[in-house]
Amino acid sequence: MNQIAPNSYRTGPDEKGLFGIYGGRFVAETLMPLILDLQKAYDEAKADPTFQAELDGFLEHYVGRPSPLYFAERLTEHLGGAKIYFKREDLNHTGAHKINNVMGQILLARRMGKTRIIAETGAGQHGVATATACARFGLKCIVYMGEVDIERQKPNVFRMKLLGAEVVPALSGSRTLKDALNEALRDWVANVEDTFYCIGTVAGPHPYPEMVRDFQCIIGNETKKQMHRHEGRLPDSLIAAIGGGSNAMGLFHPFLDDASVEIIGVEAAGSGVDTGKHAASITGGRPGILHGNRTYILMDDDGQITEAHSISAGLDYPGIGPEHAWLNDTKRVSYVSATDKEALEAFQLCCQLEGIIPALEPSHALAHAMKLAPTKPKDHLMVICMSGRGDKDIFTVADHLGVKL
Amino acid sequence: MTTRIDQRFADLKKEGRAALVTFVTAGDPDYATSLEIIKGLPKAGADIIEFGMPFTDPMADGPAIQEAGLRALHAGQTLIKTLDLVRDFRKSDDRTPVVLMGYYNPIYIHGVERFLKDAKAAGVDGLIIVDLPPEEDDELCLPAIKAGLNFIRLATPTTDDKRAPTVLRNTSGFVYYVSVLGITGTKAPDLKSVEQNVTRLKGHTKLPIAVGFGVKTAEQARSIAKSADGVVVGSALVNAVKTSLKAGKATPETAKAVHRLVSEIAQGVRS
Repeated sequence: MNQIAPNSYRTGPDEKGLFGIYGGRFVAETLMPLILDLQKAYDEAKADPTFQAELDGFLEHYVGRPSPLYFAERLTEHLGGAKIYFKREDLNHTGAHKINNVMGQILLARRMGKTRIIAETGAGQHGVATATACARFGLKCIVYMGEVDIERQKPNVFRMKLLGAEVVPALSGSRTLKDALNEALRDWVANVEDTFYCIGTVAGPHPYPEMVRDFQCIIGNETKKQMHRHEGRLPDSLIAAIGGGSNAMGLFHPFLDDASVEIIGVEAAGSGVDTGKHAASITGGRPGILHGNRTYILMDDDGQITEAHSISAGLDYPGIGPEHAWLNDTKRVSYVSATDKEALEAFQLCCQLEGIIPALEPSHALAHAMKLAPTKPKDHLMVICMSGRGDKDIFTVADHLGVKL
Repeated sequence: MTTRIDQRFADLKKEGRAALVTFVTAGDPDYATSLEIIKGLPKAGADIIEFGMPFTDPMADGPAIQEAGLRALHAGQTLIKTLDLVRDFRKSDDRTPVVLMGYYNPIYIHGVERFLKDAKAAGVDGLIIVDLPPEEDDELCLPAIKAGLNFIRLATPTTDDKRAPTVLRNTSGFVYYVSVLGITGTKAPDLKSVEQNVTRLKGHTKLPIAVGFGVKTAEQARSIAKSADGVVVGSALVNAVKTSLKAGKATPETAKAVHRLVSEIAQGVRS
């Protein structure tokens, strides 16, 4: 059977929260009424111009949007092909794209009268963003973080504490991002009355994948306008790194129906997809159910979830947002991967050529751009989502380069 | 269609007492000990056996059952071996109902139709799948009912009168009332609120209602058995397994410790 391309790639999810077969609401019954409430509250907020106006105000004056679309001139010269632009989400308040979504969810939590905010974090960027917004609005904030990630992301742990959040180590399983998510879900089940779960990526039960995507779409919407201003046309390609995939979905979604735009998501290949030590859910996983949704997941033949491996704590997750899974199957977006080693090389090149210290997450996108850009003509416009700054990663990078700090 | 579960509740109703439902994790701490544990459960006083299917990411379970699952997985437990355990148990017991409890992914990966066929053939009577709410009934609930297995749903303190009909619509066998807001084995149930909620749910269904999550003692079991049709004990039994281990391995005490605790709690349910 030939697969017929949909009329639009931007209409999902359906009323059951599905993108094709992906997504859904695979949660314990205790959470179902909460998820239905959240959906109702989000639908109402979305239709309320005062909510959007309030969010826009905070995004402009507190987050510092719009973020620049910056022409990376020296990297472009060095690679000798496509004209490369960075969408500078690293310049947002708190240093990454995570705050876009957090501002939206926290304003929604306030609207719903919730006073206690919980979140999971891997690299700590989402935790820092959540702690920041909670401090700004005087809300109690509890961040779950894998014990392993707490060790490798010490600066962000301290940042969260300075901002008044309680950081709770996830001690179960592999003690990384997936376990932090489990702990946050367990907390939510136990504290249904006053607690809002602020998920950091385009995963989890419906409506989270849709809601987080909508809040992150400001990345792509701004990029579209800015590229028109700079070049008078659409970009030719978009590249973004993918853990759960929120920065990528935010950049991609506004362009999904622009057929001329080539869209590429870059997963973390860790030590290499064939080594088994990686976090490339699409390349190395298969469809299954975890954390409330059906999507591509890393698992063994018994359906047990396997550990993800990546130099980047933010990509160290064995799943991916369900909409990405669907975009992969429909072939609208290509999913590739970059190894730890390639990301480290890209990290250093970006520091040296552009004076920008990228986070290890977007370094994976940069790594793929380094392969792709030289193959493209000089009038090819390429946008890379610079999803976060790399100050938090300097200890990890030093360690890998054999430098003692 | 009458399953072993329906039959057991009907029999107990005649006896005029509540059922003791015992949960242990399949393959914890190893296959042989796990088989020894479940084989001895009916004699110790268990009326229905809930058998946990280990999963790496049990989002509704507290530390006790999380650890039990990991112990079983490290000992090589798989979904197929869990079905083998049920088959082995059935060689000596064809009457005690067996309910598999767990999460959807291992079943989904095994293949829903294949799983239902294999489970039925092994002697499984019902399923409790934590992460399949009524909104996802097409996935497994409806096929399970068609295959002749009970699909037992969890009702919780957040299941209000508006939600209850949705939750109960495709439920069969019994209703598992989760007595606390939270994960397994952590908080103790508030007995008064349990009684109120069981009474409230009985207004929505004729099915037996079993109460679990946080029941640890004969005393709690006795109180709950007054209003409910069944009492579920899980984390306490799994903890008995854990404390009996030496260097993570089973000892001659392991199965005995579980059976002793079951006998104790059974006294509570029967008095």
